[in-house]
Amino acid sequence: MIVRISDDALARALGADELAETFANKGHEVQRTSSWGMHWLEPLVEIDGTGFGPATIADVDAILAGSSDKAIGEIVEHPFIARQQRLTFARAGQTRPTSLEDYAATGGWSGLERARRIGGTQIIEEVTASGLRGRGGAGFPAGIKWKTVAATPGEQKYIVCNADEGDSGTFADRMLMEGDPYALIEGMAIAGEAVGADQGYIYVRSEYPDAIRKLEQALALCAEVIAPFRCEVRVGAGAYVCGEETSLLNSLEGLRGEVRAKPPLPAIEGLFGKPTVVNNVLTLAAVPHILGEGGSSAYDALGIARSKGTMPIQLAGNIRHGGLYEVAFGITLRELVYDVGGGTDSGRPVKAVQVGGPLGAYLHPDQFDIRFDYEAYTEADALIGHGGITVFDDTADMGAMARFAMEFCAAESCGKCTPCRIGSVRGVELIDRIRAGGRRADAVEALPVMHNAPKSGRLPEQEIGLLTDLCETMKFGSLCALGGFTPYPVMSALKNWPEDFMPGREGAVRKVLDRNDA
Amino acid sequence: MSTNEQRVAEIVAEHAAREGAMMPILHDVQHEFGCVDAAAEAVIARELNLSRADVHGVVSFYHDFRETADARPEVQICRAEACKARGVEALIPAAEKAAGDRVRLTTVYCLGLCSAGPSARVGDRLHARLDASGLADVIEAAR
Repeated sequence: MIVRISDDALARALGADELAETFANKGHEVQRTSSWGMHWLEPLVEIDGTGFGPATIADVDAILAGSSDKAIGEIVEHPFIARQQRLTFARAGQTRPTSLEDYAATGGWSGLERARRIGGTQIIEEVTASGLRGRGGAGFPAGIKWKTVAATPGEQKYIVCNADEGDSGTFADRMLMEGDPYALIEGMAIAGEAVGADQGYIYVRSEYPDAIRKLEQALALCAEVIAPFRCEVRVGAGAYVCGEETSLLNSLEGLRGEVRAKPPLPAIEGLFGKPTVVNNVLTLAAVPHILGEGGSSAYDALGIARSKGTMPIQLAGNIRHGGLYEVAFGITLRELVYDVGGGTDSGRPVKAVQVGGPLGAYLHPDQFDIRFDYEAYTEADALIGHGGITVFDDTADMGAMARFAMEFCAAESCGKCTPCRIGSVRGVELIDRIRAGGRRADAVEALPVMHNAPKSGRLPEQEIGLLTDLCETMKFGSLCALGGFTPYPVMSALKNWPEDFMPGREGAVRKVLDRNDA
Repeated sequence: MSTNEQRVAEIVAEHAAREGAMMPILHDVQHEFGCVDAAAEAVIARELNLSRADVHGVVSFYHDFRETADARPEVQICRAEACKARGVEALIPAAEKAAGDRVRLTTVYCLGLCSAGPSARVGDRLHARLDASGLADVIEAAR
């Protein structure tokens, strides 16, 4: 019997290796495939299309006998899978990640072959026509970025893949790199063809050992297919800020991962000062499909308004059915959290949902009708980011989460710009003081010579005013998204859950916020 | 363990021809000696024709590089938002007790197992869906 078990890091962290070994010891052929993305069912065992999960070694005999109560029926017909529109993750669960045979048999390399036939100008036209926008967070149109690099003169150009997926609540890059590494490599080779670059780098965070190993295996196996394009994996070193593109370029060059001021844009002066395409894993992995026959118009036909195609959404945190859900833009948060995700894992009411990683806003259940669309989120003072959705139940302390946002920014700030470096530290102190009910005048302020210093200390309302000002300064004065977007989780938590900052005095918080808005 | 100058020079030589050789060199030195100390920084600076300040600036920037080695086994626990939402903070006091002085507990911001937290990492081995006893087992088994 052929038994299929994922070798994705998440399945392995839950015992998939031991499970596979048990099946193998009983004389069955075990194929290690990518993950279907139904994480609550991992480790998921697949026999003749039927799934069993979450499986443990104790379930093996019953699964083989066909009597296991872990059976979930046909995997492809499972509602979680059947309702998705998988383009970037079309192979998820179905192929062996580093098998060239499986990749070629599922349409692999056809995008690259066609790209080589039609040439750079046509490739860029098709990517532009598809409406593909950068999936890393900023949503910049990929075709326009490529066009800039192509038009910039230079003998050496680079394709850099940003695989520094540091946002909590996101794992689509990891799953793609571990599950379908050739799709990413093919996308990079196509980008190279489009802009005239022959060298690529994939910058992967060190927290992803499995992705690093699989990409290195895959690159060694497909070197001849992508030649003359060459590609190499480079490993980060635990700095969250290196997910910012200019900081990533500095790190690749062997420098401190400090953010660079823009302009010059990386497309014009990027890695080692050369024209460079920097795209996220999901952006590049979407390209082979788009470059297939009729792919660009099919991609453009999906989605709404200016958000085209599909987004691999990651359902994380306290959610019953967590995992990867790829769907066309336009789905509401309510559908994602309740219909797809099944509410919280703890069974308690949903209190908050953070969309877009540590720098994304906390959304209140009242806002759940918002549609997944770059512009709709911007309008709501929120962001899609990398498409991660982290659910919290009613035990969450949003004041503590706001404090953590500032604390995280302080820990991960590259230190180059003041609003982020100092502002984040002051932010932690301010939130602590608000939660402690304000502060008394300190010893210096109390001195008689300090004529202009208030002698009565500061009320929490005044501290909230200060925090609001600080957040404005960080938002508009920081060099990159780390300092610039940290105010989103902080201010959204303060607006939506004032009771977690000043219990019993929510009205006072709202009054200060309203005054500042006016 | 402190670094061996000759071996560090060999590591530098292995990578010197690559573009942006610094990070691969630092990873290899860290992996082999458990740290990138001042002596290693001096060798790397000399071989790459940089100042020691340049090298120290890079080493001290990244969380993964340590200036002194620590012989204790390390258990990384994710304490980012998604794992917090799944209750990791409540597990920390017991984890610290289980670790004692024998195991070094470090905080990591995200192992990418956000739908199945709380999660931890020991070497290249990952663990997910941990509860108090699961995490204690991971800590006790760490070598």
